[in-house]
Amino acid sequence: MKILVCISHVPDTTSKINFTENSSKFDKNNVQFVINPNDEFGLTRAIWFKEKAGAIVHVINVGLHETEATLRKTLAIGADKAFRINIEPMDGYSVAKCISDFINEKDYDLIIAGRESIDYNGGMVPGMISALNNINFIDKCVGLEIEGKKVRACRECDGGKENISTTLPLIIGSQKGLVEESDLKIPNMRGIMMARQKELIVVEPGQIDIKSKSVNFEKPKEKAEVKLISSDNLDELINLLHKEAKVI
Amino acid sequence: MSVLIFAETERGKFKKDALELASYGRSISDEIKSKLVAICINSNNPEELSKYGVDKIICVNNNDLENFNSKNFSDCISNVFLKEKSQFLILSSSSNSRYIGGILSIYTKAAYVSNVFSKPTKYKPLQLRRNSFTNKAYETVEVISDKVIISLCRNSYGIIENKVKSEVVSETFKIANNDILVSSTEKLSDKVSIADADIVVSGGRGLKGPENWHIIENLADVLGAATACSKPVSDSGWRPHSEHVGQTGKPVASNLYIAIGISGAIQHLAGINSSKIKVVINTDPDAPFFKSADYGIVGDAFEVVPELIEKLKKFKSLNN
Repeated sequence: MKILVCISHVPDTTSKINFTENSSKFDKNNVQFVINPNDEFGLTRAIWFKEKAGAIVHVINVGLHETEATLRKTLAIGADKAFRINIEPMDGYSVAKCISDFINEKDYDLIIAGRESIDYNGGMVPGMISALNNINFIDKCVGLEIEGKKVRACRECDGGKENISTTLPLIIGSQKGLVEESDLKIPNMRGIMMARQKELIVVEPGQIDIKSKSVNFEKPKEKAEVKLISSDNLDELINLLHKEAKVI
Repeated sequence: MSVLIFAETERGKFKKDALELASYGRSISDEIKSKLVAICINSNNPEELSKYGVDKIICVNNNDLENFNSKNFSDCISNVFLKEKSQFLILSSSSNSRYIGGILSIYTKAAYVSNVFSKPTKYKPLQLRRNSFTNKAYETVEVISDKVIISLCRNSYGIIENKVKSEVVSETFKIANNDILVSSTEKLSDKVSIADADIVVSGGRGLKGPENWHIIENLADVLGAATACSKPVSDSGWRPHSEHVGQTGKPVASNLYIAIGISGAIQHLAGINSSKIKVVINTDPDAPFFKSADYGIVGDAFEVVPELIEKLKKFKSLNN
């Protein structure tokens, strides 16, 4: 089985978010970048298939040279080979199109992409790839078992879960639950040494269109100070929620 | 030319989100002077949408569409979009609608903008405002396409009545076989889901253990709320992952979010920041959550919450 995991290079969850160039671009200064958490849950499941069933795991990122440290980390965790499509990601559509074109020339059985990236939160890339390449798609995937071409998967929906049967080739939108937080792998020294020997191939993109572009960013206004209510005056809280906030 | 909304139903009834989409769609229709069309699948009462400004209601009734299937639903909606020569398709932010948004954008060759929270700020070229960086920023996006799919954040526009005379049309839809087969579904409980709830009551490590969760559940019961928890709580197995809210968990956009014994890590706050009113109950007056909340109580949850439940019961009996 050949697996491709799509990797976004995103600011760490604790990062302070700032903008530059007249608030039109994300300010990358002093920001620690990591593997997008939703992608990392998917990568961990892919490595599990490698260890248990001999799968081959490739990773791909659409981005400039700066994302290579993140790709090296995925190799240190256990991916076999990395690809970087050498273009600054502009919108969800262009990223999906780049990956879709790349897949067209290959024969992956399973493609994994996080259900959304924690930077732009588009949540559109896996669905777009599935439609562009006409392959089965399961979003918000929290369970995945594969036997031959047969797939049993579990999807989180509002208020519950769905058990789904389908077939390869397949793309999933991965998230927490596909593996547990405690299953995530921290690269060890051997992994890091081996990652240096593994291939990281730079691919030049074809003609790529975009369908949307960022114009500017704004940070939410500072919140007004909290109204503190004494714990022996709970009637006051109920009164405020009812009369002032009008939420009960 | 038209604006199309996908009005979702649950067991034949329109979801609240569907009425919000109709209200939002109406305002865009008025501004670009075009018809507002709704597609609804297996609705018992399609005429209800006329109350919210929908000019044309297209009903597809088909037993094979009783359960959600991403391929069949995408085919059905994109057919209507192309037939109605729509310029806008507006989707909710439910799990099902988010599932098909990307697929639909390829089928219809439209741009797709998710997490939108307001009306377009400009039409030529079209500009939309959306949440980005997990609610840590607002982004203005310009659409480079003559067709667009918008996924609207829940609770961002509101439901506005606007009675019109609408035309109700039945359409047939032929299912194409596909090999995504839902074999069974597991409902977590009969309670309202986090995605659909107006009120969410959430507990953190301050609750000290899963055996104390009844106080969260009792408070939720009085308020008709969904229950949720912080990441450490789900990571320690006190509560299922499906209840974890925050940056890597579920997003919350309720009217009221009550955080009990949650200190308010930046990742947690990012996930719940779209909620309108936030109440925090915590023993530690320096907990970062107090900086993000509207109302706060410094106190012990084990004393405050049971008393709050009793007082709310009284309040409810007087106000119902």
